[in-house]
Amino acid sequence: MERAMPDDGRRRITVEINGREYTAEVEPRLLLSDFIRHEARLTGTHVGCEHGVCGACTVQLEGEPVRSCLMFAVQADGRSLRTVEGMTDGLEEGELHPLQQAFHEKHGLQCGFCTPGFLMSLEPLLLEERELTDREIREELAGNLCRCTGYQNIVEAVKLARERMHAGETPEA
Amino acid sequence: MLGLLAEHGDEGKILAGGQSLVPLLNFRLAHPENLIDINRIGALAGIRRKNGHLYVGTLTRHSTMEHSRVVGENWPLLTEAMKFVAHPQIRNRGTVGGSVAHADPAAELPVAFLTLDARFKALSRRGERTIAAGDFFITHLTTALEPDEALVEIEVPPVAPGTGYAFTEFARRHGDFALGGASVLVTLDSAGVCERAAVGLLAAGPTPMRAPGAEEVLAGERIDEKVAREAASRAIADISPTGDIHGSAEYRRELIEVMVRRAIQKATERALARGGSNGASDA
Repeated sequence: MERAMPDDGRRRITVEINGREYTAEVEPRLLLSDFIRHEARLTGTHVGCEHGVCGACTVQLEGEPVRSCLMFAVQADGRSLRTVEGMTDGLEEGELHPLQQAFHEKHGLQCGFCTPGFLMSLEPLLLEERELTDREIREELAGNLCRCTGYQNIVEAVKLARERMHAGETPEA
Repeated sequence: MLGLLAEHGDEGKILAGGQSLVPLLNFRLAHPENLIDINRIGALAGIRRKNGHLYVGTLTRHSTMEHSRVVGENWPLLTEAMKFVAHPQIRNRGTVGGSVAHADPAAELPVAFLTLDARFKALSRRGERTIAAGDFFITHLTTALEPDEALVEIEVPPVAPGTGYAFTEFARRHGDFALGGASVLVTLDSAGVCERAAVGLLAAGPTPMRAPGAEEVLAGERIDEKVAREAASRAIADISPTGDIHGSAEYRRELIEVMVRRAIQKATERALARGGSNGASDA
């Protein structure tokens, strides 16, 4: 069946990712997750289910965690994104973000496929001033699936990172 | 937006938060010729209260409504329903109007609005009309909106003083679509007798629905466990939920009965706890 397009289709877009601008001509149908991986070449963002269930592709849009597989790249034109790669910006080579460090120490990952999505979903919790119960942390990570580690160690990692954050400590690298 | 809708008709589909539509596109289950992205029309988002009525712009994100003080203080049923809507990442993008227009019978907001007797404002090149929630949901994922019409605003009337509320739901995992649930408002008079009740059912059939039989049972009664049980049993008398891999039709009927009973009891407790004063303003 012929599918008429209103024009030749491609759109020129510029998306800021981790403080750097990426410009490309893309089809309107291109998913943001594919733009991040294939155009910006930032492969830290993983694509799991590609329909918004698994959470592996979670990135931050203007600071808010969202599914990058449920947005089109053209919708991010002129907007600001953060991906897992941005977590170590400004750190020494080999140094980890406090949440990554806590995941490492608490064994919050095994195969690591789901980890970037978890980190993007949970990072805003580190800035949350008020006390959080385990239940609240679990609700926050309920939109991310992990099939090998389970969630207990991830909850522990969030708590450890928050403790250090709030004590003003810098974690050992 | 309206010009594009008028031009493309059936082949134009509005893209709001995309949390239901984009999965359908990714699976190639839906393939509209054109998507009309309304995300940059700022005027379509926002929550305001005027003359006691709540007005929610179609593009208001779930997370905005979840944390709205105005909503929490005056329409706590909506705030309670929001807790069951998917996950934070979905609520950051998903929109109130998108959920209503998608009309999933297992979704929380459509049934909550139906329980609150909300009205939906639809706009097209031809003009504006307001559709009562009771007339809006036609059948599975189908609403009264014409192909050239867009849902632009949801209006919720004030809740009567002395009203208690409750939203109950059961899903396999928190954030999943409901296997069954209930959305209930109970208005008591100063003597504690039920003046009026609204009972909404989740995942009970092809659309979000009310249970008028259960509402009749409750009206005029002093609601105790026996009355709540009778109303819940009336609520499932006329429904035929669809069974699937997550639960048979029979299981779902029983589940909905329990959810209705619990919601009625909780709503009644909350109404009584406020002693018939402005019941809706506990937040």
